[in-house]
Amino acid sequence: MALRLARSRLLTHILRGKIEALTTFDGVSLPNLIPIWFNSSPANGNDTCRGGSLSNTRNFCSLPHAGSVQANEILTQDDKGSISQVLDFPGGKVAFVAEMRFLAESPKERISCYRVLDDSGQIVSGSRFKEVGKDLARKMYTDMVTLQIMDTIFYEAQRQGRISFYLTSFGEEAINIASAAALSLDDVVLPQYREPGVLLWRGFTLQEFANQCFGNTLDYGKGRQMPIHYGSNRLNYFTVSSPIATQLPHAVGAAYSLKMDKKNACSITYFGDGGTSEGDFHAALNFAAVLEVPVIFFCRNNGWAISTPITDQFKCDGVVIRGQAYGIRSIRVDGNDALAVYSAVHAAREMAVSEGRPILVEALTYRVGHHSTSDDSTKYRPIDEIEHWRIARDPISRYRNWVEGNGWWSDADESELRSNVRKELLQAIQVAERLHKPPLRDLFTDVYDQVPNNLRDQENLLRQTIKKHPADYPSDIPL
Amino acid sequence: MAMALRKLGWGGVLIGRRGFSSTGELESSSSRDGKLVNLFTAVNQALHIALDTDPRSYVFGEDVSFGGVFRCTTGLAHRFGRQRVFNTPLCEQGIAGFAIGLAAMGNRAIAEIQFADYIFPAFDQLVNEAAKFRYRSGNEFNCGGLTIRSPYGAVGHGGHYHSQSPEAFFCHVPGLKVVVIPRSPRQAKGLLLASIRDPNPVVFFEPKASTLKFIFRQLCKIYQCWLYRLAVEEVPDADYMLPLSQAEVIREGKDITVVGWGAQLSILEQACEDAEKEGISCELIDLRTLIPWDKETVEASVSKTGRLLVSHEAPVTGGFGAEISASIIERCFLRLEAPVARICGLDTPFPLVYEPFYMPTKNKSCFRLCTCEREYTSMTKGQYKRTTFHLWILFRQPIRALTEAFVQILDAIKSTVNY
Repeated sequence: MALRLARSRLLTHILRGKIEALTTFDGVSLPNLIPIWFNSSPANGNDTCRGGSLSNTRNFCSLPHAGSVQANEILTQDDKGSISQVLDFPGGKVAFVAEMRFLAESPKERISCYRVLDDSGQIVSGSRFKEVGKDLARKMYTDMVTLQIMDTIFYEAQRQGRISFYLTSFGEEAINIASAAALSLDDVVLPQYREPGVLLWRGFTLQEFANQCFGNTLDYGKGRQMPIHYGSNRLNYFTVSSPIATQLPHAVGAAYSLKMDKKNACSITYFGDGGTSEGDFHAALNFAAVLEVPVIFFCRNNGWAISTPITDQFKCDGVVIRGQAYGIRSIRVDGNDALAVYSAVHAAREMAVSEGRPILVEALTYRVGHHSTSDDSTKYRPIDEIEHWRIARDPISRYRNWVEGNGWWSDADESELRSNVRKELLQAIQVAERLHKPPLRDLFTDVYDQVPNNLRDQENLLRQTIKKHPADYPSDIPL
Repeated sequence: MAMALRKLGWGGVLIGRRGFSSTGELESSSSRDGKLVNLFTAVNQALHIALDTDPRSYVFGEDVSFGGVFRCTTGLAHRFGRQRVFNTPLCEQGIAGFAIGLAAMGNRAIAEIQFADYIFPAFDQLVNEAAKFRYRSGNEFNCGGLTIRSPYGAVGHGGHYHSQSPEAFFCHVPGLKVVVIPRSPRQAKGLLLASIRDPNPVVFFEPKASTLKFIFRQLCKIYQCWLYRLAVEEVPDADYMLPLSQAEVIREGKDITVVGWGAQLSILEQACEDAEKEGISCELIDLRTLIPWDKETVEASVSKTGRLLVSHEAPVTGGFGAEISASIIERCFLRLEAPVARICGLDTPFPLVYEPFYMPTKNKSCFRLCTCEREYTSMTKGQYKRTTFHLWILFRQPIRALTEAFVQILDAIKSTVNY
């Protein structure tokens, strides 16, 4: 690496010297000196002029091949007659300038945020968005409400000691449901942990959610992970894992597979603002851009990583700005505006799949709930702030205003929905609670595709101890 | 990072036959069709076959397109295209994470980490993601198609960051089939193909010593002998696999069991030869797979010899030798005639100019083999002469029989008392 850089610096130096002297290059020796960097570009000499915007610039890539580089190819005359110089560097042409100019640490203005609905649920005039029909609109609303009720009830269940842990998505219902609605079921989801709405949208039943949270015998994860670590092969939703941002590179690998299989699908991965500080975020965005894969990086920038505000997390203008540095098309969207999220993800998906490229979406939102049931967020942020986002910026009521305004929803619909969901959830919890836990043997399966000898030995030993001291072990795990 | 090594060029020159043969599974007619090749060529052959036989297999990593800094991926991109064999950005956690995602979609992801010393940025992905992928999802998902290849071990001039043997870290992670370290070209090909096709994530370490022998021969006389031994062997052209989790006895003996893996085996083989001259008969075992490892083969051997020496390049403390030692003591305590010995790397960072001092060399091993064999004598009687020792050799069979009877009685008592 260092060697390469040193070499390129040396060559640049030589090149400059030649240019300044306004002499002609030795057409024979230069190409020998510069095997990779100057005259050749990937495929062939002719189709590499990516820096086409530099007008008046004659460039190296128009030359057929090594051996014919002339100094005047890199001396150009602009409109004012001053001489400028261009370096054809991998990735395109770079202009030389006499002025020493540092890039500003940030653009003068913050990147703007796309929205469709205003705070009262009216369409912002002039906004362009993907039309949402009645059925889709109702289903989106229904699922947003269902998610909210599910969170409320499971949160209570945890408080009553019926489940060990829970984590709500309060305030991020629009992100969950609208982004899911814009995807196809063939799209592969690699979630963080605050996106159960995506799974709900795809058809995970409330009973299935309850089974996981109670870790019973019908939990697909066989009771091995904490509550809210859902996953479903049937619904193309990879099982949640707790480490932050580790799923991002997976999404790139999955997208590469979709691309190779020529599937009409992309992968989408969700993460929070805190996740963008992890190395995996950098790795994934860079890999995705370089390998040109159809993946959507969806950042839920909700302002808080447990107690760390984004001002302690990064200095730059949020997350969206970083896309450009990696060569990734990006958009910032109002995360509490279901229609904006829907439209943005819909467009992102179109571009990702048809052009085989990664897209970064940053949704601005707020984590209205605590980080989890192990957290009390009033210890580190003002209650006023929480209440403001909970009431004035609630994504569900904003969206409801729009749906109602279209005449697609009524108070009667609302009360029927709420009572049905409550009933169904309470029923699901009762069933989940009564089901026994997964059997002991599942402690040892799935470590590998088959149980190896050391695990068999350990299982035998454990069973002997259980026989002698059954009281030491939970009675609801079938032996 | 591999500039220095690149500049030196690659050891394509083949030097003599290896010391030991890897027969066993390969005693078929196909073995006669093979050519003399070295380890990296064998790995290259395996990758060719893997890509050829499964269209859903991919090979990638840093500098892989042009053939890799160890030349293991030579010709692959040309033959299978740059969509299936490609460079990645210089980012190990990205390589591992990407590979997991690719494997989770039902592909065989064969990722290369350029040096095992640089695998640590990928540690989280391997430990927290790859290893638990199947378990945490209740088998809804798995990344069994994942194989991470990485060259490991001393090279003679690698210093801290081109020499380490990090296998023990990965042995502590349930869910990874860890660490198959082939001792020779023929082994490498068969074990790599088996690892690639194994339905579990495998971390596969390759001894770079044998690929770089040429360089070291020039640079470092002290390694000359053992690098010579690992030169070339006949490798069948055919598509074949060697079983994982099966150790192989590569030299039979009756006085002491010697366990090792990878490049260290050639050192051990010479140590065994030297010990033989001292009248000590060594049984040498190539463990081949470290997790899950073949306890039964080692146990059977130690039950026969009564002594065990484990040797690896990694630092002795917390190395995999400790695990072998503990397991064998659990299983063979009453049959052991001497403490289990470990000849390993020192508990220092891998040092450059001190490498010859750091390494578990032939003479270190041989010395330990001899003391280990005579340990019983010195421990119990102190003054015993060699003749007495031979008496012991004469009578130890009946004594062992008695001991075994005693163990059985003990077991019987245990079971009745419901221990």
